Amino acid sequence: MLKPAIAAALTFATAGFAVADTDHSKLPPEIQARHGLMANYAINLGVLGDMAKGKTDYNAELAALASANLAAFASTDQSLLWPEGSDAMTADGSRALPKIWEDRADFDAKSDDLATAATALAAVAGTDLAGLQSAMGGVGGACGACHKVYREPK
Amino acid sequence: MLKRSLAAVALLGAGAAWWLTAPTPLSHATETALVTAPADHIQGEQVFWAAGCASCHVAPDAEEGDAPLLAGGQAFASDFGTFYAPNISPSEQGIGGWTLLEFANAVQAGVSPDGAHYYPAFPYTAYAKATPADIAALYAFMQTLPLDATPSKAHDVGFPFNLRRSLGGWKLLFGAPTGPAVTADDPVLQRGAYLTEALAHCTECHTERNALGGLNSDRWLAGAPNPNGKGRIPNITPAGLDWSDIDLMAYFTTGLTPDYDSAGGHMASVVQNLARLSEEDRMAIVDYLKAIPAVADQPSDP
Repeated sequence: MLKPAIAAALTFATAGFAVADTDHSKLPPEIQARHGLMANYAINLGVLGDMAKGKTDYNAELAALASANLAAFASTDQSLLWPEGSDAMTADGSRALPKIWEDRADFDAKSDDLATAATALAAVAGTDLAGLQSAMGGVGGACGACHKVYREPK
Repeated sequence: MLKRSLAAVALLGAGAAWWLTAPTPLSHATETALVTAPADHIQGEQVFWAAGCASCHVAPDAEEGDAPLLAGGQAFASDFGTFYAPNISPSEQGIGGWTLLEFANAVQAGVSPDGAHYYPAFPYTAYAKATPADIAALYAFMQTLPLDATPSKAHDVGFPFNLRRSLGGWKLLFGAPTGPAVTADDPVLQRGAYLTEALAHCTECHTERNALGGLNSDRWLAGAPNPNGKGRIPNITPAGLDWSDIDLMAYFTTGLTPDYDSAGGHMASVVQNLARLSEEDRMAIVDYLKAIPAVADQPSDP
């Protein structure tokens, strides 16, 4: 049960994760789940990032909640979400580059880096705004490190 | 008689072309300013990150740590062939034996120590605008980076682009691209223009090119096709970039977009570099991007 103070601070439609021109429900479930996981990252990052930017007021309880969510999502085992043949060249509706399967160990390491950065963020996000702000870069950097190599440009 | 004078004209023409396409080093005044500038490593490190050297010159998929190994080897596809970034670590295979003036001529005039033209995949037309003090500082910093012995890989470029001498003609036509003038008495805007155009070389990807690879100054930063084939590099003039100052600052620091996607591809490297600059410098870039003329997408742009 979300506390009223937190509920009030939430605004709808923070994150728009568009999969252009694709009927999402027709995609393979693994790809849908990947997109869902990314959308969960984005929603929680949106709450945290908007506070870090000063777009919304800092709310310690909400920051703790969103950062705990993010850390939990980032720490889930994803081995079932990335089957062979679900890359951008083979499957519709994905921008995952085939390179993921050529260097799976590195891909998994980059995924672990996100879990580490998100856990570090969760440790400080509920303390104060400065803590939240200082740890956002690590999470953003982990997102970018993987997208740099393994995601097809739009 | 006529034949002979025609032959003479042709010979003169060929001679003139040979002379015009000769690699031209930096001016004496610039060289003097370079050798008298202090070897400031700290400033050089900031120049190094602002100029994004590591993004192209680390080995494929290598991390750009605090002291990156500039082994080279990354491939860059273009309409003219595939270019491979060379080793620029301070080793024998890289820039180890180079003097400051050889280095500056490479970076700012596109001329190698043995007097050949470099291909403009190396953004020397942007770096040409950098100050001698920044180039001297960059040289000093790069001597402190780790050595790598990987030999540089030859570019895979077909005829006629494999004739390096022809690049002399290219430089005459396109060697000094200019962006829109920004207010001369606003130091922040001036700094933003300097960072964007001279060091961070944003125009190299975000400005479209003509058939010969020259930048189109009328469409400065208004977006371009992605040379890798897929997608389009976005318009970052105010006509295409409607992010707030706060959103841009957050993007340049964390790589997260206003809707909390992240930068990808080469832009992820760019953001990693920008995140290492001072907040003032990032803000100057934001101010510059907000101040340049809005250039609408062309009807053919998707």
